Amino acid sequence: MADSKTIKLLINTPERVFYNDDVTMVELATSEGEIGVYPDHIPLTAVLVPCVLKIHQDGEVKKAAVHGGIVEILKDKVTVLAEIAEWPDEIDVNRANEAKTRAERRLSSKDSNLDVARAELALKRSLARLGAAD
Amino acid sequence: MASMRDIKRRRDSIQSTGQITKAMKLVSTVKLQKAKGRAESTKPYSDLMYETISNMLARSRNINHRYLKPGDSHKKAIITITANRGLAGGYNSNITKLITNGEFDKEDVNIIAVGTKGRDFLVRRGYNVTDDYSEVINDPLYTDARQMCDKLLKEFEDGEIGEIYLAYTSFKNTVVHEPKLLKLLPVSVDEIKSNSEDTTPMNYEPQEDEALDLIIPKYLCSLIYGALIEAVASENGARMQAMDNATSNAEEMISDLSLKYNRARQASITQELTEIIAGANAIG
Repeated sequence: MADSKTIKLLINTPERVFYNDDVTMVELATSEGEIGVYPDHIPLTAVLVPCVLKIHQDGEVKKAAVHGGIVEILKDKVTVLAEIAEWPDEIDVNRANEAKTRAERRLSSKDSNLDVARAELALKRSLARLGAAD
Repeated sequence: MASMRDIKRRRDSIQSTGQITKAMKLVSTVKLQKAKGRAESTKPYSDLMYETISNMLARSRNINHRYLKPGDSHKKAIITITANRGLAGGYNSNITKLITNGEFDKEDVNIIAVGTKGRDFLVRRGYNVTDDYSEVINDPLYTDARQMCDKLLKEFEDGEIGEIYLAYTSFKNTVVHEPKLLKLLPVSVDEIKSNSEDTTPMNYEPQEDEALDLIIPKYLCSLIYGALIEAVASENGARMQAMDNATSNAEEMISDLSLKYNRARQASITQELTEIIAGANAIG
């Protein structure tokens, strides 16, 4: 990038402060779709869905899995309040794979008392984990 | 005057009690350090969450949302966070007092118990304990808070309960813990004061009422989780203080009894001497 403007990114989970640094761009998925946030973004509060959060910093991209929460974007600051956030090396790929298969199986079964929303959420979570771990 | 043997027996028993309380104090000190660290790392999250919510509500004062007004039912749910163990001074009874002395009608209250001490006390008093999450307090996780939160929100939406309260001990610092009764739902807009006077227009995605639908449950979750974590820290702090007092009381009693013991010993020696001298005089 020509200009080296940065935006402050703060990712908090109930357990810890996950990330706190200046970044050039951050990509995340809200309930309305995926967005990329550059500095001087319009103020926005959105609901985060399980996704792979991509942090662009000095030409490098860091990936992390975040599982639901809210994001508050101000002109020079992005605050993510996630319920869970994980770096790729913290993710158990096998477990995520299993969860994915389980969720898919549940969704494809014709069980009438299936909690679709819950199964979909589980699927999204496992996909976010796998996406970040790749 | 108690005999020498009685005093000695009592002193020994107090000494061993003192050893136990001393050990318990050390254990709670270590646990407190751990719990304190955890409470501190949770704080930024709940503070930010509170800020976001208060800003949101401040900007949308006239919003009419189901979480912002009481439900139709007159039932009140109270999440009661106490300990699973006693010997923590007034820690457990301070919380139960909040409920028994408060303006709650026994029939209208559903207790969600976290901690067996509070649960047993309230059951004895004839309160209706609907849920028991006592094992959670040993090691509270965020998922525990969410589970509790989801269930209560569902009951709130189904109209089974009209209000949700949270009774816990807030951890100010190592020596100050304050029992608190907090109203979770309906979220009272007036109590939440936005401290920032910043009025930058904020866009919401999705629309505000939908966003509130999703954000308020997360807010409640973070409050419950924060309360669990703070309660653990307070419990250990309270126990540490109680055990510290007990240890110093034991030491005081021991020195008192030692004095009595030595006096009794001296008295018996004097008496023996007097008897011997008297006996010798009688013979001579």
